Amino acid sequence: MNIQRKNDLMYLVLGLVIFGIVYGLMEGGMIGSFWKLNIIIICINIIMSASLNLINGYTGQFSLGHAGFMAVGCYVSVILTTNFHMPLIVGMLAGGAAAALLGCLIGLPTLRLNGDYLAIATLGLGEIIRIVIMNINYVGGAAGFTGIPHLTTFPWVFFTMLVTLFFIKNFVNSTHGRACIAIRENEIAAGAMGINTTKYKVMAFTIGAAFAGIAGALFAHCFYIINPSSFTFMASFNYLIMVVLGGLGSLTGSVAGAFVVTALSAALASWPEFRMIIYALALILLMFYRPQGLFGYVELTAFKPFRFLDRTKGGRE
Amino acid sequence: MAAMLDIKDINVYYGAIHAIKGISLTVNEGEIVTLIGANGAGKSTTLRTVSGLLTPKEGEIKFLGETISGLPAQDIVRAGISQVPEGRRIFANMTVMENLELGAYIRTDKEGIEKDYQMVFERFPRLAERKEQQAGTLSGGEQQMLAMGRALMSRPKLLLLDEPSMGLAPLLIREIFNIIVDINKAGTTVLLVEQNANMALSIANRAYVLETGRITLSGDAKELAASEDVRKAYLGG
Ligand SMILES: Nc1ncnc2c1ncn2[C@@H]1O[C@H](COP(=O)(O)OP(=O)(O)OP(=O)(O)O)[C@@H](O)[C@H]1O
Ligand SMILES: [Mg+2]
Repeated sequence: MNIQRKNDLMYLVLGLVIFGIVYGLMEGGMIGSFWKLNIIIICINIIMSASLNLINGYTGQFSLGHAGFMAVGCYVSVILTTNFHMPLIVGMLAGGAAAALLGCLIGLPTLRLNGDYLAIATLGLGEIIRIVIMNINYVGGAAGFTGIPHLTTFPWVFFTMLVTLFFIKNFVNSTHGRACIAIRENEIAAGAMGINTTKYKVMAFTIGAAFAGIAGALFAHCFYIINPSSFTFMASFNYLIMVVLGGLGSLTGSVAGAFVVTALSAALASWPEFRMIIYALALILLMFYRPQGLFGYVELTAFKPFRFLDRTKGGRE
Repeated sequence: MAAMLDIKDINVYYGAIHAIKGISLTVNEGEIVTLIGANGAGKSTTLRTVSGLLTPKEGEIKFLGETISGLPAQDIVRAGISQVPEGRRIFANMTVMENLELGAYIRTDKEGIEKDYQMVFERFPRLAERKEQQAGTLSGGEQQMLAMGRALMSRPKLLLLDEPSMGLAPLLIREIFNIIVDINKAGTTVLLVEQNANMALSIANRAYVLETGRITLSGDAKELAASEDVRKAYLGG
């Protein structure tokens, strides 16, 4: 067994321990239904922020339309589970595949754009997806899709989240991931090294979209009704905040960012106006004191107490 | 014998700007050929066209008998041409070692790659001492060495160098040029773009002089260095 696999095993054990504790508390009635839902949302948001981080943080392509892919996964899956009585896993896979296909088709032309232009194009894309859904009567239009079976459970989201993190972690540590990071660092130099920059940008975008689609499927099955207003530009922006707050190019950061933002907004749910002020203040303070985010470009294992989790680096900072 | 690199009458545009106006040049295997000229003459544009970052509107570029103009950059690297771009363009937030690893991106022969790391570290001992240093914190000269080492990691048959002396102290320029000669002796053909015409002509076999998108003079490097026109225009008298 090589070191990489040993690491994965450590993370798996750590994940199982956390799962055991939280699940135990839930089953024991120690966590109420409000927090139970919010813990599920945290896991979904971790999938969203980690997959967005692959696009924005690791590959350096500024995408502002992530909620659009989530919407695609959401609607494709609810059609399958509600109208065709398929199991959740089929909805998740089909939702992820549909979002990935769309991501690939749209990535091919738009990823030739740089920086600000790409941000605007993806922002527009997210809005177009939402407005198209709003105008399809088959899925309930603006009023929303009703009668969705309540299939999402804590074990489902938790293990999907683990698979997502595991997949993205291994992707960014592979040669493909190196290529993506090289593109972020310097696209022209990456091209000069023989890296097919278009291919990798589209690949990162497609994988990110796929996981957003899966997250959308899980999200939809938490509720009886779902409507397009859950996938506005503000939602995409919210995921971006999680990524930036946690740290671009850090998976630990994505987990922390999704956790902090979701838990904070849940805790402040009774004071919605207050919530936006805290958000804004937190971001301003962060940009002043830690512009790279809580974990910019580093993982938890870079810190001493957690180094035992990672044997590949041999204690290197 | 056919030339290794054969550029035939290419025209390159930036939008409406006609930057290269019908240039032809050849590089034979084993040579050092230099392309000199003033700022804005089109030297970098020529190199970028060879390496596939730009596509000529007219004309053709052949490498080892195959047409490469119009191919994407990554295919041209695979064909055996590696460029050290102007301004170095290293991966600043990565370590020296990670930069070199990316240089070998197209290769899969693990043992050969290991050997070539050693070759690069022997050629550039300063890099060997700084394997784990962030590339962005290297000095200008060290960054130039890293950019060259990284280009060598793809084992190019033809190395394109765009102003390797830019911004370096005279002593370091001498060191870099010695290394270029060594690389060439070890079997890599070199096409060198330079402002520093004196140095470039002293190590090159042949030279081309570029003026506003056209080649105005070409020939043996020693003869050009001695010619009155070149002395006046580029060698300071
Ligand atoms: N991206 C671009 N867009 C428009 N024009 C460009 C672009 N790059 C270069 N040019 C123009 O093309 C001409 C040739 O530029 P090039 O960079 O090839 O010159 P150069 O000979 O390398 O000069 P230097 O020695 O200063 O590097 C110049 O007139 C320049 O302004
Ligand atoms: Mg130039």
